[in-house]
Amino acid sequence: MVNPTHVETKGDDTMSYKSFDEINEKIKEGSAVVVTAEEITAIVAKKGAAQAAKEVDVVTTGTFGPMCSSGMFINFGHSDPPIRMSKIWLNDVPAYGGLAAVDTYIGATELSETKGMEYGGAHVIEELIAGRSVKLHAQSYGTDCYPRKEITTWVNKENINQAYLYNPRNAYQNYAAASNTSDKILYTYMGTLLPKMGNITYTTSGQLSPLLNDPFLRTIGIGTRIFLGGAEGYIAWEGTQHNPDQKRGENGVPIGLAASLAVIGDMKKMDTRYIRAGIFEKYGITLFVGIGIPIPILDEDMVLKTAVTDSDIYTNIFDYSVSDGPRPILKKVSYAELRSGSVNINGNTVPTAPLSSMKMAREIAQKLKRQILQGEFLLSQPVASLPLEGSPNRLEIRENGNG
Amino acid sequence: MAEKKIKITLYYSGNQVTKPITYHFVKDYDLMINILHADIGLNSVGRLTVDLIGEEKNLEAALKFLDEENIEYKLFSKSIIWQEEGCVHCGACTAVCPSGALKMDPVDWTLTFDKEKCLVCEFCVKACPLKVMNVSI
Repeated sequence: MVNPTHVETKGDDTMSYKSFDEINEKIKEGSAVVVTAEEITAIVAKKGAAQAAKEVDVVTTGTFGPMCSSGMFINFGHSDPPIRMSKIWLNDVPAYGGLAAVDTYIGATELSETKGMEYGGAHVIEELIAGRSVKLHAQSYGTDCYPRKEITTWVNKENINQAYLYNPRNAYQNYAAASNTSDKILYTYMGTLLPKMGNITYTTSGQLSPLLNDPFLRTIGIGTRIFLGGAEGYIAWEGTQHNPDQKRGENGVPIGLAASLAVIGDMKKMDTRYIRAGIFEKYGITLFVGIGIPIPILDEDMVLKTAVTDSDIYTNIFDYSVSDGPRPILKKVSYAELRSGSVNINGNTVPTAPLSSMKMAREIAQKLKRQILQGEFLLSQPVASLPLEGSPNRLEIRENGNG
Repeated sequence: MAEKKIKITLYYSGNQVTKPITYHFVKDYDLMINILHADIGLNSVGRLTVDLIGEEKNLEAALKFLDEENIEYKLFSKSIIWQEEGCVHCGACTAVCPSGALKMDPVDWTLTFDKEKCLVCEFCVKACPLKVMNVSI
């Protein structure tokens, strides 16, 4: 559960703690003070943490980056005669046929069987959100209760039943930066990495990123209402490869891959401005997902956490040319350095490039701020906390299942 | 007569690098040269991409001079079209742009595209995840 640590202001009888309910009351009254995770920095610097914690009720965050571990559940409704779909394609992109008769899951990274890397699951998701029809083709072995063996039809968001994104790993708390010391160009999920350390790529909205503003997940947990792809969504679970054991800096901010979120939201209410299919050359398909999370300023601790800046957030630049064994770290850098346009590595000035859109992240944080100010978006207290311990296992090659 | 600007890449073979081509451009044809990209070394094939600015008849004469000197060249007839309305300003294209034509604005983090600096290398066309960078035909 959320730990509502009460922080008492020295020499003052009044507690500076605000509950979720108190903040929601203010939002309903239209008196809540809401700022973005970038705006809060100057407020804390000017007024001090104690005063800022009293005055500000909510800090909004945002991120808009490629998040491969994304996908969508769909229920198509039953045809007459009915079919138990066991093999399913949407615009020639295979979808999962191992659920009940007309349920499926389409993963963002699945490639088209006819267009290959030019089109994939992420594009199907984007087309459906845009309101376009996609071709559904399904096959079955036929049963007494589901006699149909094949179906071809067109579906869109009006004629299907439930359709919700369920993304098993989104909104990574931090991420690695990438470079390439080899003589070959590398095509990766971190973009095109030029030979001989020709560039460095990084992917985060840094000081505006949701989980970097609540590094110990005090206010963000299961059941937290979030902005997801232009609609309201929820945090469903810890994300896969959730890694809260990651090494942290003195400020508590993890240095590299750490916490992640599984999120869920209604596709039919989403907007293609905030969900976009992407293609990384010679790597594959991904989904750019827009996520914003409101952080309640419960107390001084939370306001200090949200005042974090790119200078206080660090990551490691890894050499992506090494694929056998752990990738060597080329340098530990702050996001302020990465955002400066170049990083000096052993005397070489290496240009940097982002992959996650700061412009869109700001738009999302501003949009969420407006929604809260207008009373359209209330905060939800988590029903359970996300784990604060644990790290992902490695996949070992085992001889048998007894080990 | 009106001035005209052309963008051109010259390809030097190893034994041609000793020829002072740009000197002739300036002295004999009264051209203004802006070097956009140069990759030239002794005994290797070199590339030089330049903007040439001058009177049309002088530009034509300069190209004829290149023919006489057996220097291969390619005129830029294509250009890169950025479909800004579909762009999410992620920055992936800036990672591969060799000329700095594509850059992120460090204040508002929008993508900026300086067509003058563009070498039409087309790296951004492949690197753009949203496929909003295209080559004009």
